[in-house]
Amino acid sequence: MPKDHGIGASPKRREDVRFLTGNGNYTDDINMNGQAYVHFLRSDVAHGTINSIDTAAAAAIPGVVKIFTSVDFEAVGGVPCGWEITDRHGNAMQEPKHPILAEGKVRYVGEMIAAVIAETAEIARDAAEVIEVDISDLPAVVNMKAAVVDGSPKVHDDLTSNLCYDWGFVEENRDAVDAAIKGAAHVTTLELVNNRLIANPMEPRVCIGDYDRPAGDHTLYTTSQNPHVIRLLMGAFVLGIPEHKLRVVSPDVGGGFGTKIFHYAEEAFCTFAAKACNRPVKWTSSRSEAFMSDAHGRDHVTKIELALDADNNFVAVRTDTHANMGAYLSTFAPSVPTWLHGTLMAGNYKTPLIYINVKAVFTNTVPVDAYRGAGRPEASFQLERVIDKAAHELGVDPIALRRQNFITEFPYATPVAVEYDTGDYHATMDKLEEMADFAGFDARRAESEKNGKLRGLGVNCYIEACGIAPSNLVGQLGARAGLYESATVRVNATGGLVVMTGSHSHGQGHETAFPQVIAEMIGIDESMIEIVHGDTSTVPMGMGTYGSRSLAVGGSAMVRATEKIINKAKKIAAHLMEASDADIELKDGTFSIAGTDKSVAWGDVTLAAYVPHNYPLEDIEPGLEETAFYDPANFTYPSGAYACEVEVDPDTGKVTIQRMIAADDFGNIVNPMIVDGQVHGGLAQGIGQALLEGCVYDDDGQLLSGSYMDYAMPRADDLPFYEVDHSCQTPCTHNPLGVKGCGEAGAIGSPPSVVNAVVNALRSAGKDVTHVDMPLSPNRVWEALNG
Amino acid sequence: MYEFEFEQPSSVADAVAALKAEDALALGGGQTLLATMKQRLAAPSKLVSLSGIGEMKGVSNDGGAVSIGGATTHAAVAAGAGAYPALADMAGHIGDPAVRNRGTIGGSLANNDPSADYPAAALASGATIVTNAREIAADDFFQGMFTTALDEGEIITGVRFPVPEAANYQKFLQPASRFALVGVFVAKTGDGVRVAVTGASEEGVFRWSEAEAALNGTFSAGALEGLSVDADSMIGDMHGSKAYRAHLVGVLTKRAVAAAG
Repeated sequence: MPKDHGIGASPKRREDVRFLTGNGNYTDDINMNGQAYVHFLRSDVAHGTINSIDTAAAAAIPGVVKIFTSVDFEAVGGVPCGWEITDRHGNAMQEPKHPILAEGKVRYVGEMIAAVIAETAEIARDAAEVIEVDISDLPAVVNMKAAVVDGSPKVHDDLTSNLCYDWGFVEENRDAVDAAIKGAAHVTTLELVNNRLIANPMEPRVCIGDYDRPAGDHTLYTTSQNPHVIRLLMGAFVLGIPEHKLRVVSPDVGGGFGTKIFHYAEEAFCTFAAKACNRPVKWTSSRSEAFMSDAHGRDHVTKIELALDADNNFVAVRTDTHANMGAYLSTFAPSVPTWLHGTLMAGNYKTPLIYINVKAVFTNTVPVDAYRGAGRPEASFQLERVIDKAAHELGVDPIALRRQNFITEFPYATPVAVEYDTGDYHATMDKLEEMADFAGFDARRAESEKNGKLRGLGVNCYIEACGIAPSNLVGQLGARAGLYESATVRVNATGGLVVMTGSHSHGQGHETAFPQVIAEMIGIDESMIEIVHGDTSTVPMGMGTYGSRSLAVGGSAMVRATEKIINKAKKIAAHLMEASDADIELKDGTFSIAGTDKSVAWGDVTLAAYVPHNYPLEDIEPGLEETAFYDPANFTYPSGAYACEVEVDPDTGKVTIQRMIAADDFGNIVNPMIVDGQVHGGLAQGIGQALLEGCVYDDDGQLLSGSYMDYAMPRADDLPFYEVDHSCQTPCTHNPLGVKGCGEAGAIGSPPSVVNAVVNALRSAGKDVTHVDMPLSPNRVWEALNG
Repeated sequence: MYEFEFEQPSSVADAVAALKAEDALALGGGQTLLATMKQRLAAPSKLVSLSGIGEMKGVSNDGGAVSIGGATTHAAVAAGAGAYPALADMAGHIGDPAVRNRGTIGGSLANNDPSADYPAAALASGATIVTNAREIAADDFFQGMFTTALDEGEIITGVRFPVPEAANYQKFLQPASRFALVGVFVAKTGDGVRVAVTGASEEGVFRWSEAEAALNGTFSAGALEGLSVDADSMIGDMHGSKAYRAHLVGVLTKRAVAAAG
């Protein structure tokens, strides 16, 4: 019998009532008295020198309040980068200034040149159109490998080259890896592209700056996954506003997928302009602007080599990756191809020697940063593709080859600096085999062939590092922030309580899942628990939501705060029952003295805390409110095994996904329904990357995939009915809930199995196809089949 | 969107008069024009909506031909053109429900998007485009990408489709826009087979005469073996190379013939 409340139950998501009835409160729903609107004039060339900007005609349009260019921002800082990478020679990465509005040069199509503030958005746009900007075009830098050749035009004239950093990991293993590969019985090599993506959350970015002149207080309403991070970055590094004079609010947010982690120049602009104009300033991104101003994702070009001994044991992995940074360093961009990618190159396998080389490159394109999975999908994709290719070359079963090399003993210290606490890769593979009916595949293939279709089967494993992260560790790795999480639990006199969490929900379901945890701990009904997030004025300093960290880190902070509440409540209960603290038990919302029938209810204790007539005032303070900050001891390591079955129409190259099967190990699970939903969403994005989505620039740096006419988002009919399971559970050993995180798994785990399946299908037609780059468009698949 | 005037006349004559204003444009369902105006890529002084003209709406079946008012929506054609099943089926697969309930046949034909479905249907069917001033044979109407025989201010009031003996439309979707990456409409009429291709050519919709000749010999997919269109004249873009589009023309024509029976 499934549970109907508490941990492990699947109550419907309480937030969906307002989302599905049009009662959400998104940033664009907020309108302030006296609000003005900003329109940004954005560059339509990828690279050029700004000779002049003439705003006179625009300023003369009735209704225009003020026009800003870079000269207005000379006294403030640039947009900061939150992570510094040290290269393989011990030098700091090259870090260009990232101005609010373009200074002297434009460096990508979409970069902001000027900003018009007006009474209406239409007037602002009209005025922006008549600003005269004289730009001398410069050759655009688009191709990463060309960008790092001597003599390439430079994106930033004051840097020595377009190379942000040349990172080697683990540098000390470089020679040993080279030697192992040279001496291996077999080496499989694969060159591939991890395609550039545009996140496209349903809600575009919006921000409103507001300034309270008498008090000197700033408020920024913004579509962010981490309002405290924005407050810190923007206040301390850009505008020089101390935290106590700056409030950042992120109300309901309609999807983030990583692209709303970062501090964007538009946020700093609206905050700055609100004070300069003495009125609220609002910006609502159009979808067209989102395509050319939201940070993009992925965009790696990689060569990977897998070396095996004569018994097919993995002996070494060596990779060479070019990673696109775009024109400027977005907030966490440098960490994605390095620490979020290189540390995962062991995958689920006991490969003893691994060396990763990553060259991060500046180009005249939109900045690239974390997107669902962030570095880990790039790691899994190349590893699981090269293993599949190796199995084919060696003529061995791809599942058997994986099983043979699985890590089986935990904790396991990889050669790439992380220690997996728990996992059972055979268990998830067993579960996958049980679900997928591999034995019946030949019959299904025969049936497809009868209908003129090719059928392919692909499998893969994945591992990810979630619950980001131990602060001291990431500090050593170059993070300029701590990565703990916070929670305040405020119990009211009549027993209900509010949790103020530093995690931020932008679709994840915290308002439903978090109360399940506290309800289980105290034994009260979930309806008595309210979750508050997204406002720096009410929530203690928190780091927000990304990296599948909310429950593992934010949930753990909430558990720690609740434990403090329970400890104090037990003391009050002991006093009320004239017993010793040590004898008090809490069960089902009732405090009792062990071994007796004497008890007091939760509500009696909470009331006593706030009406302390009969209360141990000499020992404890009245009130019942506790705060906890939780800094994890390690990452968490969700893992899984995925399978995909596709049909390919050989006449057109069209791929249809017939089955997508996911067996995941997320450790303990609080709300299985929400976990299903997270996996489903991740699979949609992973399949989107594999089959449909591709951000394309031409050689001049023009964004060709600049709208939904050319950027293919997955639709319902592109996707199969998923088969997902998360019954394999090896609980995390170092957080109180034993949870690992599930938000990114589907997006990490699915692209390799889709591509493996398509390659498998094409081989069944007698074609010696070794790889097709994503997205596997009908055109590309047809070319692979007819090449 | 820039400011513009808006008129909604109730007769063709009033619409023609209203369109005499400088930079006035006729508005059908607005599925292209309104989006273009929102992007500020079009700036008409006046929009003359054709949606209030009763005489331009509806589907009728008169003696072997289906006549459709120029302001009839795709959804209405899908529901009402049962006498010409391939046409009704094509209309029922244009865009999505929102597009089908706003977009009109006249608007689509007048726009002549190189990836639109209706041009293929009209050209393959040997339809007659009826305007306020004259009747234009489909063979004379389409004059290249976004170009038609229409004069300035001329309105498509209706389209007359002779019902063929057999017909079928095969559309291969561009994955992002879901317009036709290539679409082929095959119609077998008393006067011979007509094959019209959309989505593929730099010149917009065209008739594949080689295929027509072969199919006039034997109306079967096998008759098309070995035939291909010239890849050089095809559109090549991020969704499909010239060679791929040329290949799809052959595949879809065979499928259309097989489905038309």
